[in-house]
Amino acid sequence: MLITLDIVILILMILAALWAVMTRSLLRSGIALALTSAILSVLMFKLNAPLAAVFELSVCTGLISVLFISTISLTQPLSYEEIIKHMKDRFRRFRYLPVIVILAGIGLSFVKVRPNLILPPPETETNVRNILWNFRSLDMVGQVIVLLCGVFGVVILFKERVKK
Amino acid sequence: MIPQAIQAFWPFGIFIFMLIVIGFYCILTTFNLIRALIGLELLLKAVTLLIVLAGYITNHSALTQALVITFIVVEVVVMTVAVGVVLGIRSHNNSLDLRKMKNIKG
Amino acid sequence: MFLLFILLPLFSLIVLNLPFRAMMKKAAFWWLLVLLALQVYLAIGYVFGFFGFDLNAPIYPLSFSLNVDNFGCVALLSTAVVLGAVLLAAKYIIKEEEKLFNFISLLFIILAGSNGLALTTDIFSLYIFIEITTVASFILISFDKEKLVLEAVFKYIILSAVATVLMLLSIALFLLVSGKTDFSAIHAVLINSPHSLIVMFATGVFICALFIKGGLMPFHGWLPDVYSSAPAPVSALLAGIITKLVGIFTLMRLLVSVVNFDNPIRQVILFVGALSVVAGALAAAGQSDFKRMLAYSSISQVGYIVLGLGAGNALGIMGALFHLFNHSVFKSSLFINSAAIELQAGTRDMNKLGGLSAKMPVTSTTCLISSLSTAGMPPLAGFWSKLIIVLALWASGNYGYAALAVIAGILTLAYFISMQRRVFFGNIKEEFAGIKEPGFGLLLPACLLSAITIGLGLVFPFCLKLLKF
Repeated sequence: MLITLDIVILILMILAALWAVMTRSLLRSGIALALTSAILSVLMFKLNAPLAAVFELSVCTGLISVLFISTISLTQPLSYEEIIKHMKDRFRRFRYLPVIVILAGIGLSFVKVRPNLILPPPETETNVRNILWNFRSLDMVGQVIVLLCGVFGVVILFKERVKK
Repeated sequence: MIPQAIQAFWPFGIFIFMLIVIGFYCILTTFNLIRALIGLELLLKAVTLLIVLAGYITNHSALTQALVITFIVVEVVVMTVAVGVVLGIRSHNNSLDLRKMKNIKG
Repeated sequence: MFLLFILLPLFSLIVLNLPFRAMMKKAAFWWLLVLLALQVYLAIGYVFGFFGFDLNAPIYPLSFSLNVDNFGCVALLSTAVVLGAVLLAAKYIIKEEEKLFNFISLLFIILAGSNGLALTTDIFSLYIFIEITTVASFILISFDKEKLVLEAVFKYIILSAVATVLMLLSIALFLLVSGKTDFSAIHAVLINSPHSLIVMFATGVFICALFIKGGLMPFHGWLPDVYSSAPAPVSALLAGIITKLVGIFTLMRLLVSVVNFDNPIRQVILFVGALSVVAGALAAAGQSDFKRMLAYSSISQVGYIVLGLGAGNALGIMGALFHLFNHSVFKSSLFINSAAIELQAGTRDMNKLGGLSAKMPVTSTTCLISSLSTAGMPPLAGFWSKLIIVLALWASGNYGYAALAVIAGILTLAYFISMQRRVFFGNIKEEFAGIKEPGFGLLLPACLLSAITIGLGLVFPFCLKLLKF
């Protein structure tokens, strides 16, 4: 297995994801999620999908991280004894995760499955804008409906409750 | 292009599987609502990478880019609604701990 | 032309939310009723061949991948009926105008999403419309922002998103194999597929995702909590169309148009269907909360639909479609009755209620009719659909499953009669002595739905000749 640039970037992404799960502070977890999105965007650019990479970078890394970090900043910090107890409990729960992941990775890389894959013929239309607006117009209608639904969700759910 | 693409498939496949395992482990063993949402985000990113990879192998990358763009829009709306629900729970319970929500049975 | 089913609700929603809101709030309710009546007329007309012109003719230069066939018409019809009933019930139950206007706007979104789900021919567009319907249902369930509801919705969100991940995994594998996302293109590749490992894995994962979204055992964890704590008209909407269209109708489309429907898939579907029927009926018999019992009964009836699908012949599919429509009608009627009881008596606990039939005669009668239709009593509509499913199972050689369906039908009858006896018959308690019927707004949808049940049951043998199945 050659250590190419792709494999290095993939290992970095897995490390960022592991850091997002295993860290104690929620704020660092949100930042690690943004880092994972950024590395994913680089990967998508290498895999011949530049438009999707730009979209992912702007929307996921920017918007969702702003959403998460603004939510996290509303929580109260724990007291000191609770932090110590919480850390011991966390270590017991989460220590298996990197072990499982590395073992699964190494184990799978030795499995020699030959997927006899007959590939379909390459496509005839290579312009993404053309596909998106002309051939998949139903998806565009769906996107408009979903965004309107999101607007209603924000209006209904984010309004403060009137104190009884 | 084709034999090289199939050879690129297997390492990517292993790493996507590892990312899915991390996501599921995070949802199953966390006691914090927001960390469950972060695990969910990791699962959705793994699936995004899988769709782009499928486009790269079969040389249909324009179609898969259109699909991924649509999917990212839907993912943002789902996450917004989920964060709205979490904020509603927080305003009732005043904490984000899963153990304090006594009404979830299993 | 059928694109209008999706575009009209969308444009109505945009227009109604522009300024001049004072006039728009009154207009919204009546405009939605007009749209639903139009949808019922078109759906029935297409099935019986009333129209002279071809409704599938493309008008626009862009290409939309929509097609209507008989499956789609049943889904359109049941969507329109259930949404009409829920709209009438919501106008009575929700009193503030602002909240009612938000509710009706969300009903427009669910109408657009369900129509898109019924009419599309592309697997990724199917996923997009499933997500639209699901996200709108998240917002509708947490409309009142009570504590119990939000916790149930959080579990629903996580499980639904896990099902989404599984569904997209299998869509990516289908893309790898066939290169397009059209139903017919994938079907052509899957029929003669030499790479059977990837195809079997993708199909299995997709079917598991649909079982999670449809609430079948053993993936039903979110369903009783969500159904019992949602607000009353939203429970009727969920049980009536959303869970069934998103889970079971998609499964029907997948099995009939996309996947090679051979024996291993059939065995898995029969097993899960039988498990849902029996376990749902047993769990429903031991509940004391009215809405939780109706939730477990929903799991059981949806198991019947899946059993009909698993039979594998054309009779089974027809029985499954008919039972889908019937279940929409009678389950919505039962949930509207539970809303009436909760509004008037203040509690849902069946051990505390008793003897309500003297004070609420109309509610008691409609509840009795819907319960008997669920259990499969002739001459109501539920009898015909269950009979067709049992006959289809018998004709395809699954004698054990047919016997199981009949036994579970008897169990269904048992717990519904026990519920009826506990809640409506018997002696009335002192604290409920002063209650009376709810207003006209809640009685009208219940009566309409019961009338549809009785009418369809009486008319069904005659209209069997007219259908184009």
